[in-house]
Amino acid sequence: MLNTLKTVGNYVGRFSGVRSLHVSSALRHDSLFVHRDSPEDNPDIKFEFTPENKKRAEAILAIYPEGHKRAAMIPLLDLAQRQYGWLPLTAMHKVAEILNLPKMRVYEVATFYTMFMRKPTGKYHVQVCTTTPCWLRGSDEVLEACKQNLGIGVGETSKDMMFTISEVECLGACVNAPMIQINDDYFEDLSVNDTNEILNDLKAGKKPKAGPRSGRFAAEPLGEPTSLKGDPPGPGFGVRSDL
Amino acid sequence: MLRSTLSKVLNGSKLSPNLVCVTFRASSDVAKKPEKIEVFIDDQPVLVDPGTTVLQAAAQVGVEIPRFCYHERLAVAGNCRMCLVEVEKSPKPVAACAMPVMKGWRIKTNSDMTKKAREGVMEFLLVNHPLDCPICDQGGECDLQDQSMAFGSDRSRFTDIQFSGKRAVEDKDLGPLIKTVMTRCIHCTRCIRFASEVAGIDDLGTTGRGSDMQIGTYVEKFFMSELSGNVIDLCPVGALTSKPYSFTARPWEIRKIDSIDVFDAVGSNIVVSTRTNEVLRILPRTNEEINEEWLADKSRFAYDGLKRQRLITPMLRDNKNQLTPVDWEAALLTVGKVLQQAGPNVAAIAGGMADAETLVAVKDLLNRLGSELTCTEHVFPMDGSGTDLRSSYLLNNKISGVEEADAVLLIGTNPRFEAPLLNSRLRKTYLHNEAEIAVIGPKVDLTYDYHHLGTSAKAINDVANGSSPFSKVLKNAKKPLVIIGADLLKRSDGAAILSAAQSLAAQATNKPEGWKVLNVLHKVASQVAALDIGYTPGVDKIREAKPKVLFLIGADEGAINKEDLPSDCFIIYQGHHGDQGACIADAILPGAAYTEKQATYVNTEGRAQQTLVAVSPPGQAKEDWKIVRAVSEIIGMKLPYDDINEIRSRLNEVAPHLIRYGDVEGANYFKQASQLLQEKKSVDDSPIDVKIKDLQDYFMTDAISRASPTMAKCVQAVLKQKESKY
Repeated sequence: MLNTLKTVGNYVGRFSGVRSLHVSSALRHDSLFVHRDSPEDNPDIKFEFTPENKKRAEAILAIYPEGHKRAAMIPLLDLAQRQYGWLPLTAMHKVAEILNLPKMRVYEVATFYTMFMRKPTGKYHVQVCTTTPCWLRGSDEVLEACKQNLGIGVGETSKDMMFTISEVECLGACVNAPMIQINDDYFEDLSVNDTNEILNDLKAGKKPKAGPRSGRFAAEPLGEPTSLKGDPPGPGFGVRSDL
Repeated sequence: MLRSTLSKVLNGSKLSPNLVCVTFRASSDVAKKPEKIEVFIDDQPVLVDPGTTVLQAAAQVGVEIPRFCYHERLAVAGNCRMCLVEVEKSPKPVAACAMPVMKGWRIKTNSDMTKKAREGVMEFLLVNHPLDCPICDQGGECDLQDQSMAFGSDRSRFTDIQFSGKRAVEDKDLGPLIKTVMTRCIHCTRCIRFASEVAGIDDLGTTGRGSDMQIGTYVEKFFMSELSGNVIDLCPVGALTSKPYSFTARPWEIRKIDSIDVFDAVGSNIVVSTRTNEVLRILPRTNEEINEEWLADKSRFAYDGLKRQRLITPMLRDNKNQLTPVDWEAALLTVGKVLQQAGPNVAAIAGGMADAETLVAVKDLLNRLGSELTCTEHVFPMDGSGTDLRSSYLLNNKISGVEEADAVLLIGTNPRFEAPLLNSRLRKTYLHNEAEIAVIGPKVDLTYDYHHLGTSAKAINDVANGSSPFSKVLKNAKKPLVIIGADLLKRSDGAAILSAAQSLAAQATNKPEGWKVLNVLHKVASQVAALDIGYTPGVDKIREAKPKVLFLIGADEGAINKEDLPSDCFIIYQGHHGDQGACIADAILPGAAYTEKQATYVNTEGRAQQTLVAVSPPGQAKEDWKIVRAVSEIIGMKLPYDDINEIRSRLNEVAPHLIRYGDVEGANYFKQASQLLQEKKSVDDSPIDVKIKDLQDYFMTDAISRASPTMAKCVQAVLKQKESKY
């Protein structure tokens, strides 16, 4: 009886507008914003830029004027991540040392940006876009194909340290939805077969061709253009004849 | 780092030395000051300088705008949005703390838009703030509580108590002083700004983003600063609270007594919170001239040492060579008898926490007995004018004067741990005034960069004769400072060092009127008063004189030990803690600690200040000068003062400035002091050393802090942190 009353009360309440707050729990970030020592990531891990990367680092630093060298932090962190595959604590320390900054200032930046991977990440970082346009065009199937093919879940890394799957928000290629990003390359207009093909190529050590898989060159319409087909009109187009 | 530059750009705070400096230059270089602009706060007109923020302009007419992240002494962050106000013709509310006013602005701090904005911000803050005020230590003195009462909405739309999405953040371990409950944090970033700007420890920061953002150190790290306790006061909510004080009392239960800190020679102003005759905590009291609103950790947290290792009853050494408790009568009679027998063969040593009243009473007593052997534990060279000219032993240019300096030479001192609040001023000068700072002495971390001129005392001569790269800087400086650590002058060539420093200080010629270059930084609270009253610094004379009776007034530093004295010497120890001095004593007279007596202390600038009685002395302990007065009566040489006013008029006779509380009695005659001290001996080449080099040495330096469990935990924590890899 009491339960029924409660349900009725809730029902009435909902329609009379008493409850106006949305109460689904907020989505939490999938990585941790404090450091925990682990065998892979601890202050004893050696990190040193390679000679080539040292040159690159100098070139990066040269871009910024004296007194604003700390602006090189993001490029240097990116360089470190490209060299190591992900960003261990000692790499952040190295960047702090180069820029002569307190370590905390580097931690702040490295934790702010989601593209800095602070935990071990596979050689191929498979980022599946699941935002609305991709989702409407079947990103769920693409994600499922990735999981099936690689045998890992979202946020996991394969044992051979080759693949990591992430679910990401819009990567700005909605015209070519659905799409995935693997390291620096976009693979667009995907079907489940395309996805498997790409992943199998990568497993086999081949380099799959980046870009749309639908035969498009870029973001032009599929098939024939539907508008702006004629020659562009010349000067005076649409102007009153008495002018 | 970025934050300090930001503050320079925004030039926000009215109190920022940068602005002071700008206005100073403006008055000297350009005759005309920039014109004031008129704005209207709730239709009240007010004239303000260009660059003033809305919040400061409102403060000038007494309108207080609520805020969480804004703090006068820190850079403007503008991230809490609590200070949003309506400005006429502006489509959106503006953040008052960060927005400079424009001519003719009409600011409405009480309009509907302002109220709505505040309520909205408050609602957002409270959505993710736990409702745990009943178990929160900040309760009753919480900015969030107060402001949600005053400015928040009167009803809640947050009805779903089963809501599982409320933010939760794991607590951080910041050491034995600061307790963290990070779920309560509202991200005002005051602690981060304090750590990086004032304390100079860039260990705190924000990690993550959005609703996952958290304040912390990212790696596990103890907040290794001697000023760390101040973040507790700064925190507007209960995220950072005092660990030793946790779950102890509510603010409305405690009695607050204004007092003075005696753990260093700075004389920070404090508020002692007590309940049922127990000191519960110590907080800073704002004094712009001395400690601003900060307080060093030892001064803030060593109070639990006041309850331990106390001397609570008089004691005499019995025939088994054991100290046994006796009553006051027996103790006083024995002491009186010994003193009478000794006649003029009496000496006294004053320790670092002796107050002026006791010092003058002991001196009067000994003088009546025919002895002049009143000494202090801490040495000062007596050659030349010695301590006759006060200018040779004071921090002449005042603590606040450090902020204006543009070149500072530190000789044989580590101000970071000898006077943390002076060091915070030095850091401020370094950041905002771009002062050049140089150090002669061991290389220590001072939280700012400095030129290291060497560890030998010879380097002083190098600076004086121009062969050091810093001599040019010092010579061209408009407001140079030379700060000598009192410890350095203990050396056998102390007089020569002082002489060298005096001549170095005399070289500065283009300084403004009244600017005093030579400064001595003392380490203990009693020293300046003792020297003012006429105590002889150092105990060498006592070693020579071989007295029959030695009177120790809280002398615990082991300046003299039994071997230096004749075997039949009777040692009387009067003090509050059973420390080194009490161990060698034949009679113990229990005295009062600084929270238990009304007493006068003179800080290193020469500023007399008084402590007030916060709690009564434990057990049978008595106020110190009264004990001396009682002894005098027993030996038939009654000192002519019966109450605090009478002894203060005696102080007035000796040195009138001792009872001019709050004022600095400046000193002069630099030239004469320098002429009198034309030291023939030269500075020797041995390296300069400072006693406190590192944070772990800082916490336990005197009888009270050595008895404090909290301070012991701090030492442990620092040592542990030193082993950590972070």
